[in-house]
Amino acid sequence: MSHAQAPARRSPSTLRGASLPSWSPWAIAGGSILLGIGISAAAGLDSKIQWALIAGILYLLATFGFAARVEGGRQAKDRIATSLVWTAFVVAVIPLVSLIWVTVARGVKVLDFYFLTHSMGVVADTEPGGGIYHAILGSIEQVGLATLIGAPIGVLTAIYLVEYGRGKLARAVTFFVDVMTGIPSIVAGLFILSIMLMFDMQPFGFAGSLALAILMMPVVVRSTEEMLKLVPNELREASLALGVPKYRTILKVVLPTCIGGITTGIMLAIARIAGETAPVLLLVFGNPFINANPFEGAQASLPLYIYQQFSNSAGSGAAFDRAWAASLTLIAFVMILNLVARAIARWKAPKTGR
Amino acid sequence: MDISTQNTEAPPPGPQPTAVDRKRAARSASRPGDRIFLGLSRGAGILLLVIMAAIAVFLTYRASLAISKDHGNFLTTFEWNTNIDPPVFGVAVLAFGTIVSSIIAMVLAVPVAVAIALFITHYAPRRIGGTVAYVIDLLAAVPSIVYGLWGALILVPHMNGLFGWLNDYLGWTGVFSWNDGPPRSMLTVGILLAIMILPIITNVSREVFRQVPQMHEEAALALGATRWEVIRMSVLPFGRSGVISASMLGLGRALGETMAVATVLSPDFLIHASLLNAGGGTFAQNIASKFSEATQFGRDALIASGLVLFVITLLVNGAARLIIARRAEYSGANA
Repeated sequence: MSHAQAPARRSPSTLRGASLPSWSPWAIAGGSILLGIGISAAAGLDSKIQWALIAGILYLLATFGFAARVEGGRQAKDRIATSLVWTAFVVAVIPLVSLIWVTVARGVKVLDFYFLTHSMGVVADTEPGGGIYHAILGSIEQVGLATLIGAPIGVLTAIYLVEYGRGKLARAVTFFVDVMTGIPSIVAGLFILSIMLMFDMQPFGFAGSLALAILMMPVVVRSTEEMLKLVPNELREASLALGVPKYRTILKVVLPTCIGGITTGIMLAIARIAGETAPVLLLVFGNPFINANPFEGAQASLPLYIYQQFSNSAGSGAAFDRAWAASLTLIAFVMILNLVARAIARWKAPKTGR
Repeated sequence: MDISTQNTEAPPPGPQPTAVDRKRAARSASRPGDRIFLGLSRGAGILLLVIMAAIAVFLTYRASLAISKDHGNFLTTFEWNTNIDPPVFGVAVLAFGTIVSSIIAMVLAVPVAVAIALFITHYAPRRIGGTVAYVIDLLAAVPSIVYGLWGALILVPHMNGLFGWLNDYLGWTGVFSWNDGPPRSMLTVGILLAIMILPIITNVSREVFRQVPQMHEEAALALGATRWEVIRMSVLPFGRSGVISASMLGLGRALGETMAVATVLSPDFLIHASLLNAGGGTFAQNIASKFSEATQFGRDALIASGLVLFVITLLVNGAARLIIARRAEYSGANA
């Protein structure tokens, strides 16, 4: 049937073409699921994937068939695209929801005050007990030192690029900041490792901080740059016109205007490096005992703790429980940082007048 | 006052073409505070360049120490024995595994990520779309080790069904044949990497789709286009380069991912034709799992393999930059 005829016959009084009733997708979905289960049962297929697949294909065919009959080919294609987009969404959400769900469900098992305030000092990896105090301490020290190094350099570089940057040097810096964003974390770790090998140094916390700082800088530069660009030029011009030196204009006018955005960027960068395992594995090495000195001796860190509990435990349930609980702690930390950062961004959004 | 002294300090306009530039530079550097601040910020920029250069130099130096003693061919040997004398190691298996797992991840993640981005911007009711976008933003921040733990303990057991099914129906291709071993194989790694990079690609694509000029979409709608036709005619062409660069970002992540691969894969030093049989390895995974037992020389060898990974990611990132540069830049308030 040609679709030009259809509207004329079915609804002669309107300009709109005929359309399937709004309940039809649900009806078709229900029908194809039933049929899919029926076919699977009849053919003796026991895999869930199979009947889901059969039902999905039936749904697409039926939708296309009905829509093409009633509404025409273009609408049929539109409906197929809609179903595919929805399917993709559902398929992708399953693992992501499962990840959060499993982490929370298994993490709460051993996560309590004892777990947060004790180390793995004399606890074998296969035994129950122990905690993550040493790992939290190590993480905070390493990430804190990395932030102290990475954030100022990142912000200053962004100021250079936006406020001063002209010419070759600025272009080179922009390009290499982009390239640096893509450095795998393990390569940053290997870089510091190669320096340590030269001086024959043993693993220590600050080495991890240096690698994390390298990973942090480009992220901070990018986000600070975006924020500085949002500050209206009129503000700068007004300040400069009053005879205020450029550095004071930047420090007193430009930075306060976008300090919220810069803070957000730094916090998101912290959230990113707090979860890095690879450089810490190479440079800090891990330590079941509490070591509060980041400049000497191996330390632990939360992501590394998770990895070591997983890989050194020979399948022991207690170690897996600890790994999940540490994962939950880490995710909670990262999520809270994210949420706070976003709240700050919303609260202190630069007044752009746009 | 200040301005007049500045003008007298500035060099007189000369015949050189750079006179204006020099005058400007002299003016901005005329105050000590300005000079110091410019010096600091420029120094930070230069420091970044120095770090990049240092990464390349140091890795190359340590790598050359290891490769010069390698008794195999560094690029083609299927072995990683750094503790025997003479040592034999090569990156062929690692390069293969890295590229294959990343390709699987891209093939799975990019279409789904684009679909989710379209779902958020064009299909979902506004409130649901906003929530989904927010949640996916947060998921992009979940540390890779957590993905690794989830992959090893939850995803791997669930792969048995899929693997059996693929083996039954597609086993004849060889690529999907399965020896009933544990499903800690390249395909599982690829799927896990796809799940990991999905939020990143979705976020960037979503931003790009949001920037599509409203006029383009409304023009298409006014011509009677269906929603899918609007997307195909105005959204996708506008967003193509953005999606490509988003994919490149995701690819960079997948290539360098360490922990998720190290926890899921059970490695060996062979290239397997089947994606379902356990084995193989990637650069980052090999470094993480060999590191703790490596001697000083073994570490240099691992650094050499890291150098290859570094070069690969540089190429991928460079390509992404070129693609983005071709697109007209959306400029902020400050040009």
